[in-house]
Amino acid sequence: MISLAIVIALVGQAFSFLGKVDLSTLWTDGWFPRRGRFDVLTIFTGSVLVSIVAMVVATPLGLGAAMYLSEYATPRARRLLKPTLEMLASIPSVVLGFFALAVIQPTIVQTFFGSTSAFSLMAAGLGVGMLTVPLIGSVAEDALRAVPGDLREAAYGIGARRRTVTLRVVFPAAVSGIVAALILGLSRALGETMVVAIAAGGTGGSERTFDVLGPGQTMTGAIASLAYGSDQVKTATGLNAFDSLYFVGLLLFVLTFGLNIVSERYVRRVRKAYR
Amino acid sequence: MSSIPASATRSSVELALSGRSRDIRGRLFSGALLLALLLSLAILLTLLVSIWNDAWPVLRDRGFDFLASETSSLPERAGVRQGLVGSLTLIALVAAVSLPLGIAAAIYLQEYAKDTRLRRILVANIRNLAGVPSIVYGILGLVVFVQALRSITGQASYGRSYLSGGLTLTVLVMPFVVIIAMEALRAVPWSIREAAYGVGATKWEVIRSHVLPYAAPGVFTGVILGLARAFGETAPLLLAGAVTGFLATSPGGPWETLQGPYTALPVQVFAWSRLPGQAWVGNTAAAIIVLLATILIVNLVVIVLRTRYERTW
Repeated sequence: MISLAIVIALVGQAFSFLGKVDLSTLWTDGWFPRRGRFDVLTIFTGSVLVSIVAMVVATPLGLGAAMYLSEYATPRARRLLKPTLEMLASIPSVVLGFFALAVIQPTIVQTFFGSTSAFSLMAAGLGVGMLTVPLIGSVAEDALRAVPGDLREAAYGIGARRRTVTLRVVFPAAVSGIVAALILGLSRALGETMVVAIAAGGTGGSERTFDVLGPGQTMTGAIASLAYGSDQVKTATGLNAFDSLYFVGLLLFVLTFGLNIVSERYVRRVRKAYR
Repeated sequence: MSSIPASATRSSVELALSGRSRDIRGRLFSGALLLALLLSLAILLTLLVSIWNDAWPVLRDRGFDFLASETSSLPERAGVRQGLVGSLTLIALVAAVSLPLGIAAAIYLQEYAKDTRLRRILVANIRNLAGVPSIVYGILGLVVFVQALRSITGQASYGRSYLSGGLTLTVLVMPFVVIIAMEALRAVPWSIREAAYGVGATKWEVIRSHVLPYAAPGVFTGVILGLARAFGETAPLLLAGAVTGFLATSPGGPWETLQGPYTALPVQVFAWSRLPGQAWVGNTAAAIIVLLATILIVNLVVIVLRTRYERTW
């Protein structure tokens, strides 16, 4: 029901936008909705860059934490550490956005990477990555723990070390669940809004850029800033800039919905394997 | 086999028995894993400490005044009262709608619906909806509640009302509530149901007197976690018309209030974080502390409830 409503609402509005807009402006240089320039590629690369940074941070941290919790930690340590990791998941994204802007950008991005801007896609990506770590961690941990103990016992029985068991036995057995965790993380990173809206800059618009250290705009950030600021601004061609957010929203919905379906399929494969 | 000298066998066995410390790569590996975990926790700690450092001067100097003041363009007079009241009102709305609807949907899907193709598609769909970015729900709220249902959600506020925001958040948390409630229902063992059927109970009697009481702790945990999530959501509220600047509330009855303009705590955090000047950084951090404290209390309640009512079969 709800997803049907989303699709209907988005598709209808998106097509009315596409009908009104000059299609060539969808492929110009830069995303400046108020000036009638709607380059989808600009915000798409922004989203991809932020997601790449986020995944580079979150993949090793999330998987490492999951492996430690599932294979190495004593039950007592696990009881203590897992809720703490889940605490990180319950922190609202707007808080991490502020953290990314006020702490990550000045202390990490400006010092170590020589960024000169007050905003950057990098800082936003790092912030999003921190949000993604607990998600990847807990889904991957579930996948690792779903591997039956027999497999581990068998490997230990022929003299394998714990590292060998973890990497050569448990990891391959759980690999589809881990892939699912990564896909879910990616879809979360693509859909994350507040961190980007606060820390990435590019509120009014952005040139097409591949510079991670400078400000930029993402799909979610574009929607947020359209909603936040330029409410009823008409462009020179008499087009309502606000309407473009339905189009971007539709793209985002299709993208993340597709990723979620793929990951669902992987999770089901895990369940089938060891029932 | 006879080609392996006995001494080699003996030494390798000795190594296996005594030589745990010699497995350097294994130790490095486990160290790296632990480091990954601790680094994640260190991030949490850094985040809390740095925000607390920014927030402390404001909380110390303003104290209760910060909680009781309304929005203002002067940093030294701005407070979070309207945001806090707004967030709590929204949460009450979300709870009032999503609790009955979510539990009813979960009972239907888990207990009544036959395992048909349609049910499987519905369940998979609900799972997918839980992964849809929250800002997409914001667009839905804008189209449906703010624009299409404006006559209900408040003509005077152009639909940008408590009702719109609350209903948008309800749609957002419903998939979570349904999924977690379904898991809780599924966890009730069949033997309990069979016993009730055995003494002649009807299906509804079994569900009401046996399944629901046993599933209740799990269901409420899910609902409260969903509410905590709704409490921190910002993006959908931006689209569903939360006020980001100055907010003047007009007096009126409860229905007029619900149809009136609103703001929420995370929305205030977002708006303030974009304002220049050190004073606003302090205010933003202080508002975040209020937000986090509320969410932390909710989470603690959940943990206490969970350990109290948790049972093993």
